[in-house]
Amino acid sequence: MTFDVRWPVGLLFLMIGALVAAAGLFGPQPAGPNIDLGWGAVMIVFGAVMVLLAALARRSSSKPEL
Amino acid sequence: MHMGAVDWGILALYLAFVLAIGVLAARRTKSGTDFFLAGRSIPAWVCGLAFISANLGAQEVIGMGASGAKYGIATAHFYWVGAIPAMVFVGVFMMPFYYGSKARSAPEYLRMRFDEKTRTLNALTFALMTIISSGVSMYAMAKLIQTLHVFDIPFEHLGLPQAWIFHFAIVVSALVVLAYIYMGGLRGAIYNEVLQFFLIVAGFAPLVWLGLRQVGGWHGLQTTLGPAYTHAWAGMAHASTNKLGVDWFGLVMGLGFVLSFGYWCTDFLIVQRAMAADSMTSARRTPLIAASVKMFFPFLVILPGLIALALTAAPDRPGAHAPASSGAVATIAQHEPGVIPIKMDSSTGKPMLDAKGHPQLDYDLATPNLLLRYFPTGMLGVGLTALLASFMSGMAGNVTAFNTVWTYDIYQAHIRPEASDEHYLMVGRLATAIGILLSVASAYLASQFNNIMDLIQLIMAFVNAPVFATFLLGMFWKRTTGHGAFVGLATGTLVAALHHGLTLPVDSLVGAKGGWIMVMHSYPSEMAQNFWTAIWAWSACFVVTVAVSLVTKPHDETQLAGLVYSLTPKIGGDKGPWYGNPVILGGIVLAVTVALNLIFR
Repeated sequence: MTFDVRWPVGLLFLMIGALVAAAGLFGPQPAGPNIDLGWGAVMIVFGAVMVLLAALARRSSSKPEL
Repeated sequence: MHMGAVDWGILALYLAFVLAIGVLAARRTKSGTDFFLAGRSIPAWVCGLAFISANLGAQEVIGMGASGAKYGIATAHFYWVGAIPAMVFVGVFMMPFYYGSKARSAPEYLRMRFDEKTRTLNALTFALMTIISSGVSMYAMAKLIQTLHVFDIPFEHLGLPQAWIFHFAIVVSALVVLAYIYMGGLRGAIYNEVLQFFLIVAGFAPLVWLGLRQVGGWHGLQTTLGPAYTHAWAGMAHASTNKLGVDWFGLVMGLGFVLSFGYWCTDFLIVQRAMAADSMTSARRTPLIAASVKMFFPFLVILPGLIALALTAAPDRPGAHAPASSGAVATIAQHEPGVIPIKMDSSTGKPMLDAKGHPQLDYDLATPNLLLRYFPTGMLGVGLTALLASFMSGMAGNVTAFNTVWTYDIYQAHIRPEASDEHYLMVGRLATAIGILLSVASAYLASQFNNIMDLIQLIMAFVNAPVFATFLLGMFWKRTTGHGAFVGLATGTLVAALHHGLTLPVDSLVGAKGGWIMVMHSYPSEMAQNFWTAIWAWSACFVVTVAVSLVTKPHDETQLAGLVYSLTPKIGGDKGPWYGNPVILGGIVLAVTVALNLIFR
């Protein structure tokens, strides 16, 4: 393993997810389901899982990545 | 819909991450192997996702949505008959020779197996094809950004003319792709492709969910559009009874066998991703992992087209108008436009009419307009970022394939054979810049012609279809000779050109669409002509290669170990769990694909 791509993927999804969820909470929303809040939350969870997996992989391998 | 601050923020975050990945990948890019092959160090799942992304360019995301609106769910044949079986084949049967031969490119395999002239012929046609397709991808993106009007307001604020949006889109995307490939080479491209893959899914999955909700689910689509759009195999017995205009034989042979195998099994833009894998097993798993995800992509990229059509065709639905076939243009213009707009002639500003005088729909805007209409600020940023990501991944795939083929198969083979690794690394970086410049040039060239998309389909039938016969015979028939391969490949390409010159789809004009020698036969659709061009080209290459091989001197068999199936020891003892075994994985993927075909028959 050289460089764990789960770091940038996870971090980007956490940040975008937070932005989208915030738009869903505070911004104007069309009628119907609040897609911003819902999908923002999904992106946050996905980002968190990616970061967690990357962190676990780094801990289990003896030499640090990157 | 206009972009809000959140949407700009998301777009900016994406660009920052893409460049950051380029910088991080650059730290590990010290040799030619690093730059051109990502150090052969990438885990299988990363290669697999990059494998999907590299193909997920403009033609795929926009084109599949457009075809979905035009032909219905039958578009899924491109996946369930075409791509998936071919991806399983390359993983199970061909990857041992690509990866095992230690070739650095697909043309280089041809040099090891056959000779220099076969490699050079393939390298030159391939290099040309990558430049043109990356240029067309760039052109399609710039055109789309201009048409969607998302940059109109910021450009107005800055006091810049609206015409500059097109140039701005081309220059910015070219610079970003140049930056991360120049720095990180194939590794930079692959890591970004993984990021782009997840973004594309994140941008399109909620669009499909929202859209299906709007049209009343799959059943709603079936009742609105009818069986012709929602059954993939209905009417495939004859070319005249289905929307594609091909019969099942042309479909299975032309698309399923020749074109798809030709693309997925020999196109270096695709194969390069698997060659970067960290082991033989990973290399073989790469296409299979990709296939197990890709077989569900019709739901992500084709369904939006069907949904957009349903929202255009059903007048009682909110935001929809009467279908274009209802007649007078003036009355349509007064209604709120449907999701799929009427195609406008850019030179006259009038709607484009078909042969019967009805206005034509601009299917290319099906997916993007659905996104603009149903995504609120926030998701809009994610959706547009997904579109941008798909354009960049498609372009980057072409550029990394181009720089490798140019450096190893043209420059090292013919211009400077004995230089240091640093020299070739430098040449590779230079080739990246030159490749992108040529792509920009071909993007502007594309804007001069309105039929450039047909041209690219054509080039693929010319280049990929015959070369698949060359690889197939090379890998599985030890008697194939270099002279046989070269003459066969040249003949196959020539026959493709001849077939194209002698046939024409109905209702088309002689020229870029065919018939430029004389019209001997006319096909019910462009797709049928394209499939049959491929079938003829492949068959000609196959027959001539066999014939010439039989009358020329065979290769020394000891030289062919690791390059030909019958002379290579079997790969046994795959370590790891049973589901990691390429053969079992391939079998599962095929079984699910058959099931999908049956469900949507």
